[in-house]
Amino acid sequence: MSLKRKDLLSISSLSPEEIDLILEAAEPFKEVSGREIKKVPALRGKTVVNLFFEPSTRTSTSFELAAKRLSADVINFSPGSSSVVKGETLLDTARNIESMQADIIVLRHSSSGAAESLARHVRSSVINAGDGWHEHPTQGLLDLFTIKEKKGRLSGLSVAIVGDVAHSRVARSDIHALLKMGAEVRVVGPPTMIPAFIERMGVKVFSNFDAALPGVDVIIMLRLQLERQGRSLFPSMREYATLYGLNSERVQRTGTDLLVMHPGPINRGVEISHEVADSSQAAILDQVSNGVAVRMGLMYLLSQLQ
Amino acid sequence: MRTLIKGGQVIDPGRMNQMADILIEDGKIHTIDVNLQPTLKNPESVTIIDAKGLIVCPGFIDLHVHFREPGFEYKETIATGVDSAVAGGFTTVCCMPNTNPVNDSQSITDFILRQAKIADKARVFPIGAITKGSKGEELAEIGELHQAGCVAISDDGIPVMNSLVMRRAMEYARAFDLPVIDHCEDSHLSAGGAMNEGFVSTELGIPGIPNAAEEVMVARNIFLAELTQSRLHLPHVSTIGSVRLLRDAKSRGVSVTAEACPHHFSLTEEAVRTFDTNAKMNPPLRTDADVQAVKGALKDGSIDVIATDHAPHAVHEKQRQFDNAPFGIIGLESALPLTLNLVEDGVLTIEQAIAKLTCEPARVFKLPFGTLALGADADVTLIDPKKSWTLDPSRLRSKSRNTPFAGWTMKGQVVKTLVGGRVVYEAE
Ligand SMILES: [Zn+2]
Ligand SMILES: [Zn+2]
Repeated sequence: MSLKRKDLLSISSLSPEEIDLILEAAEPFKEVSGREIKKVPALRGKTVVNLFFEPSTRTSTSFELAAKRLSADVINFSPGSSSVVKGETLLDTARNIESMQADIIVLRHSSSGAAESLARHVRSSVINAGDGWHEHPTQGLLDLFTIKEKKGRLSGLSVAIVGDVAHSRVARSDIHALLKMGAEVRVVGPPTMIPAFIERMGVKVFSNFDAALPGVDVIIMLRLQLERQGRSLFPSMREYATLYGLNSERVQRTGTDLLVMHPGPINRGVEISHEVADSSQAAILDQVSNGVAVRMGLMYLLSQLQ
Repeated sequence: MRTLIKGGQVIDPGRMNQMADILIEDGKIHTIDVNLQPTLKNPESVTIIDAKGLIVCPGFIDLHVHFREPGFEYKETIATGVDSAVAGGFTTVCCMPNTNPVNDSQSITDFILRQAKIADKARVFPIGAITKGSKGEELAEIGELHQAGCVAISDDGIPVMNSLVMRRAMEYARAFDLPVIDHCEDSHLSAGGAMNEGFVSTELGIPGIPNAAEEVMVARNIFLAELTQSRLHLPHVSTIGSVRLLRDAKSRGVSVTAEACPHHFSLTEEAVRTFDTNAKMNPPLRTDADVQAVKGALKDGSIDVIATDHAPHAVHEKQRQFDNAPFGIIGLESALPLTLNLVEDGVLTIEQAIAKLTCEPARVFKLPFGTLALGADADVTLIDPKKSWTLDPSRLRSKSRNTPFAGWTMKGQVVKTLVGGRVVYEAE
């Protein structure tokens, strides 16, 4: 079986079968990352371009590592985003990269839809590494992989996504991913951070964190963008931490063997307390290592097509 | 100079709807009657236009276009703008002042009128700025703009956020009986927004512009019009709430008129799903409920006029990412078939549809056009209502290509356009 698509742009466009396929493909690469020599020749001779218009050490490092462990040549490209009119550069840059014979372009961009428009203009495979508030599909996939690894299943689980859902591409990809795989999703946050009509996606909405806790198997805490305080989305970090922070007491209240996740980087003491972040229930570091495996699996599948 | 438009269905809304010939003499409507040809004196000197199977109606009037001259000639000039207008059947257009420099002075108005005269196609009436530089602070020289030929005032593109400034503008404009047009958008509520706020913006992760951003300003402007007893014209009405406010205001006798754009009754926010920047305009494409409300308001007359908000932008500008691409689409050459769809759908009669493009806009701005009355300037549009064609952006007369209707099958084509009795456009 192979992935019958050139690009990975969103979770919303994937079928559950395709998601399973990617998760399965990631499995053996998880094992590779545990080896002494963490390299396989799967992408030897291929070129992967990491094109990051927004700085993100975490995600670009994960992609770089994944590509290198597959023996691909990796070029990191981060055009300054402030000095140029966004978007004009995206297409201009795309044409340049085409001429470098890139097999895979990994794109991070501040505009929703950037990956889709890049994919339309290049022959290379495009992997969306985050576009605006739209999607971050590899994060969605690695979250599924981590939950499945820890819980043994996805279907029938109850998952809460907590925080600034409105401005989060991670939340959107996670919601699509979890719903497609048969989980129940609760989104939790102040109404200022819950976007219009999100319940139509098939999620339950809570503005009271405690009310959302009973029976939840997994909690995904979103990172609070601290600069949003100035835009009247929440009054203070202190109040946010009180109302929407995850602490041991709230973990208790779920009444389950809770799995705690966070896409990182964490604001300790804001969205998540020290104790919880460092507890055995937290899978935050597993997410990081699984991220490499999932990205290896994905790049492997996309390269099979070429 | 005599021209006979022969054998067409003459529709002059409210006045005539029958098979008839029109004799034009010296640029004016001379006679309208059945089978005029045998009665003509010196028939060999009369130019005959065969209108068999065609609708013959007054030339269209667009109260809302953006021709980009001066300042943004790479998007559109007055010459290319009027070319596009007559190809769409429009014989009169009113152009918004958001040029560079802004049309906030007599000299810019003079310049626009001069360019229009050189282009010599459609009639062009400038709209002057409400405030100097459209900055929303100090009143522009509204009296002088009026004297120079401006037919309304607006800071379109930008709302006049300061309610006191708007109050003063409305009061002052009353001295010249000028309609005041506010781009109704609370810029705090819409800040950063690039599409309608709703389920689609939630799924796409695109910052939204809520209906309320338009509605709070529509409400404010209605109250101010009531306070100042001035003529308020609401451009590009796009929401169900605005329609409700408009209906209420009209029922209370407030002097308010309104326009709707073809895109706001032809498309919904779903058109943004592909991140197509040609589906980005302001106000944005809304939901089906809003579209239905706009259609209902056109039907019951709450919305008086169909105007295009023709807003050309260059290809490289619309090639930016969705959030960074400029707002606006071109509309002059697609307005007729999109309006005729309302007839097909039973929303309007053909007479009402033509009225929204002719006598209604003439009434709103008190322009002496949009009629086939005897003695009127012979601005006439000939339409083949049955003709289907495919919209190919590269074949449009506008300098820009930013239309969301590329590839659409359009029904209803402009066959000929006459301004002052002279043929200024003929379909190939
Ligand atoms: Zn406007
Ligand atoms: Zn406009």
